[in-house]
Amino acid sequence: MADEAPKPEEKPKVEEKPTEAGAAAAPDTSTPAAPTTAMPAGPAAAPAKPAAAPAKPAAPAAAAVKKGPVPVDASGKPLVAGLAAAVPGSVLSAKEFVGETTVDVETAKILDALRHFKNESFSYLVDLTAVDWKDRQPRFDVVYYLHSFQRGNERIRLKVKVAEGEACPSATAVYETSNWMEREVFDLFGIPFANHPDLRRILTWEGFNGHPLRKDFPVEGIDTGAAIYPDRYPEGGGPAADDPNRRTLS
Amino acid sequence: MSAPVEPARADVNVAGEPEPGSEEHTLLGLREMELNFGPQHPSTHGVLRIILKVDGERIVSARPEIGYLHRGTEKLFETETYPMVIPHTDRLDYVAAATNNHAFCLVVEKLLGLEVPKKAQYIRVLLDEMQRISSHLLWLATAGIDLGAMTPFFYTFREREVILDLFEEFCGARLTLHCMRIGGLLEDLTPGWVQKVRAFAEPFEARIDEYEELLTENRIWKLRTIGVGILNAERCIEMGVTGPPLRAAGFKWDIRRAIPYECYPELDFEIPTYQNADTYDRYLVRMAELRQSRRIVLQCCDWLEKNPEGPIRGKTPRVIKPAAGEAYAAVEAPKGELGFYLVSNGTNKPYRLHVRPPSFINLQALPEMAKGHLVSDLVAIIGTIDIVLGEVDR
Repeated sequence: MADEAPKPEEKPKVEEKPTEAGAAAAPDTSTPAAPTTAMPAGPAAAPAKPAAAPAKPAAPAAAAVKKGPVPVDASGKPLVAGLAAAVPGSVLSAKEFVGETTVDVETAKILDALRHFKNESFSYLVDLTAVDWKDRQPRFDVVYYLHSFQRGNERIRLKVKVAEGEACPSATAVYETSNWMEREVFDLFGIPFANHPDLRRILTWEGFNGHPLRKDFPVEGIDTGAAIYPDRYPEGGGPAADDPNRRTLS
Repeated sequence: MSAPVEPARADVNVAGEPEPGSEEHTLLGLREMELNFGPQHPSTHGVLRIILKVDGERIVSARPEIGYLHRGTEKLFETETYPMVIPHTDRLDYVAAATNNHAFCLVVEKLLGLEVPKKAQYIRVLLDEMQRISSHLLWLATAGIDLGAMTPFFYTFREREVILDLFEEFCGARLTLHCMRIGGLLEDLTPGWVQKVRAFAEPFEARIDEYEELLTENRIWKLRTIGVGILNAERCIEMGVTGPPLRAAGFKWDIRRAIPYECYPELDFEIPTYQNADTYDRYLVRMAELRQSRRIVLQCCDWLEKNPEGPIRGKTPRVIKPAAGEAYAAVEAPKGELGFYLVSNGTNKPYRLHVRPPSFINLQALPEMAKGHLVSDLVAIIGTIDIVLGEVDR
C-alpha cells in the first residue's frame, strides 16, 4: 500500500520538464502529501499542475527535482520483518526514504514494538515528537526515533497515529528519556500520554490555554488568561480577532 | 513554646512529620525545606529554575522548571521559507550558531538530494570546529567562575575573542553567525583568512596547556569536581544524554565518527574518553576535545591552502522545495547530538521542523546527578552539563 499510494504524485518527477516544474510548484498547501495514506491529494493536486507548468521552465529546479529521493517499500527489511514476527499485527506499513526506515505501527502495539526494539539493542531513544496533520483522521502522528549502538549505529523511526483527544501510551516505562519529550508533545500538541508519571506542561506556563504547535493555533498567540494589562492589550493575546494583520496557518 | 506554621508553608504535606511545637520540629528539625534556585541566579547560565528539596545542605530532590525562554521557535519555523529558517537556528544554542546552521542545512540537503562541494564541506567543518572551541572555552570560563576559579575566564575569553573576530571577518557576525546556506555557503573566504585561522590555531595548543595548568592539578578544583554528579554510561544512554557527559563515562561515541557527515571521514582525529563519569572527567573530556578540534582546524587549513579554488555552493534550486517526505539529520554539536527532524509537504516552507536539542535532553538527567550532593555542588553540576537555555526552551 505504501508503494502504491504515492505513485500519482511521484510520477511527474521522472517525466519531462513541463510537468516537473508543476510538481515543484505544487501550490496546494492544504494537502500535506502523507505518502502512506491514500488521500484525495492526488485528484486535488492534478488539475493545478498543467496550469503552473508553462509559467516556470526553471532548469536548475527541474534538475534538483529529478534527483529528488523517492520512497521505497521496506517491509522486507530484516528489522521490519523481525518486528512483524515478534509483535503480530504491529506493522501497518514500512518505507525507506533518504536512507531512513520508517515503520507505521499500530497505536495499541507501540509499547510492545518499543520493547522489542530495545531488546534488539536499540537502547537509545534519539527523539520523540509529533506532527499535526490538521485535516486527516486520526489527526496526529507521534514519531519515535531509535538508535542502536551495537548494530553499526543503525536507526529506525516508528510512527503511530493518534486521534484528537485520544491518549497515546507513554514510552517512559521503556525509555526513561521520553519523559520530557512526551511532556513537550503534550504541552505543544495536546496529546495526552497514558501512564505518564508526571504529565505537566513543560515549555509554556502551567495556566496556558491552547497547544501552540497545532496547525490551527494562530502564530500571534491567543488569550491565555494572562493579560496583566487588559485595558491596553486586546483580549486574544496578539492582534485582535478582527485585525487584518492577524494570520493563522493554513 | 509552639512554633506556628507559616501561611506560606500551610500547603506543604506535613503528614508523618513531627508535631508543630515538638522538640524535633524546632529550628527546621527533621523537616525538609523547599528552596527555589533561580530563575534569576548567575550560576544557572540563563533562566533555569530548579525547585530543590533540601535536608540541611543536602539535596533530597531537584526539579528543573524550564520554559522561561520559550519563544515558539518551532512554530516560527513553519511560517518561514527554508532559507529564512537559518537565522532562527542561530538563536537556539546561541554560543554555537555554526553547528545549528549546519544541522539544519544537512537535513534540507538530505531531502533535496543535494551534493555540497568539497571546499564548502571543509569550510563548514572548519567553522564547526572553531565553534566547538569557542563553545568549550565559554563553558570553561563560566564553569570555572561558578566554582570560584576566576582566572581561566580571562584566559579563555582572550582566545574566544580571536575566534569571534575571525567569524566576524568570515560572515559579519560574531555570535548569531548565519554562516551557512542550503547547498553550501554564501560567500567565499576572504583572502588571507585561512592564514589568520592558522596563526590562531598553531599556538593554541600552548594556550590549552595554560588552562590546564590553572585547573587540572588545582587542589580546590579537584575537590569541587571529583566524584560530583556521576552519571554512568548505562544511565547516560537510558536518559538520552550525549556529548561530553557520555564520553566522560567511557562510552566512545561521537556522531562525527558514528554517522559521518561532510568530510569528517577524511580527517584524522580521536574521540577522547574518560572513565569516571564525574564533573572532573567531563572537564578533562572537553579539554581533550579542544586539542582535537585544533587538530581538525589545522587539517582544514592545510586542505584549503592546497585547494583555494572551487565552488562553495552546490546546484541549489532558486526556490527551495524539498520533496514531500521526512528526514532527520544530526551533527555533533559541542553539547551533544543536535538533530533536526523535517517533515516537508513539497512547499517552500517546512510543514514541521523539530529540533532535538542536546541541552534539553541532557538537562533531564540533572535531578539524578544532583541527588545527595550539597547545594553548592549543584552549581558545579549545572555547569558540567553545559546547557544553553536558548536551546532548552526554544
